[in-house]
Amino acid sequence: MTDTGVYLYAVTPEPAGPRLEELRGVLGGPVRPIARGGLVAYVSDVPLDQFGEEPLRRLLEDLDWVEGVARAHHRVVEALADDGPAAPVRLVTVYSGEDQILDLLDRRHDDFAAVLARVAGRREWGVKAYVSRAARGEGPAATTGAAQPGGPATAGTGRAGGPVPSSTGGAGPVTAAPGGGAAGGPGTAYLKRRKASLRSREDLWRAAVEQAERLHSALGGIAVASRRHRPQDPQLSGRSDLMVLNGAYLVEPGRDREFAAALGAFRAEGMDVQLTGPWAPYSFTSLELGTTGPEARDDR
Amino acid sequence: MTVEHRRGAGPAAQGRLPPERVALVDLLDRLLAGGVVVTGELVLSIADIELVRISLRALLASVREGDDTGAGAMDDYHRAAGAVRDGTEGDDEPSWR
Repeated sequence: MTDTGVYLYAVTPEPAGPRLEELRGVLGGPVRPIARGGLVAYVSDVPLDQFGEEPLRRLLEDLDWVEGVARAHHRVVEALADDGPAAPVRLVTVYSGEDQILDLLDRRHDDFAAVLARVAGRREWGVKAYVSRAARGEGPAATTGAAQPGGPATAGTGRAGGPVPSSTGGAGPVTAAPGGGAAGGPGTAYLKRRKASLRSREDLWRAAVEQAERLHSALGGIAVASRRHRPQDPQLSGRSDLMVLNGAYLVEPGRDREFAAALGAFRAEGMDVQLTGPWAPYSFTSLELGTTGPEARDDR
Repeated sequence: MTVEHRRGAGPAAQGRLPPERVALVDLLDRLLAGGVVVTGELVLSIADIELVRISLRALLASVREGDDTGAGAMDDYHRAAGAVRDGTEGDDEPSWR
């Protein structure tokens, strides 16, 4: 008899503004609030012939279907997060009826309140850093370009080569050597070998990964919280360059500029970085309710 | 497919993409690994993240058959990342200051 379920998008501390009245959710269903004890859950009805366990397993193989659900979910969450603090709920969380939602808001009131307090007024930024596959031991031409002054600014081939020589900046032992006059000396030989070895692909990877570590910790030092997502598979990202960082950072609005400046510094080193956002605080609301131990404050 | 959002001005709210233009892969990173997970009186919850990741990957692999982008390259990445990051590749829990 129950052929619909209740799809839960997010929980907020107060009812959203009137402009959300027109909001449509998954499969175009109208989104409505369910309020209880100082919390508001936003839901819409979904048919169980798609959101029941059996059909869902099948439909999750259908990328168009997944995309439709993901975008609808995101649209609702974004609208709520624009309006005020919002704790998004994991994609496809479906209850059998409103009673269960009310029960959830009762039982988990304090957990939701704590999550909302942590993300209130803050925004999530995504930062992805890539290393070019073209630099993978494809010969010297690809990397020497990066040592030239124009290199870092134009992403092209400078990208992956960037990390290695750019840190030497003005002091650059590689470029200084020829002028030094010690032609053929042991120092030059060493530098040649060193240069050659840097071109090896493992070293390029290592340099890029180390640079990504520095970036992550620089941004994490400005953010209230940080997190690394799994690097995106090139098949999913549509880029052949490999991702060395897929970070998420929860930033106070007052520190946006500082955050941007830190990112800019790495870009100036020639790093291929991409900024996305601001996002609703998806990456920082990933606690599990249902077990005890609500807060994962410091995992390391 | 490759959309660059280079905003020299940094994260000023002005440049934000409308929801329908956000890259699906960036969205799925967040929707499948973020958000509050509730268990209990559910009809269902997508706690089975692996199912989705594997499904999507299989789907894309079948669409782009013969394209060797990926596997080998990812191995390289993991090796390099592992060397630096002590093998802790993948999703981290958020760390708060």
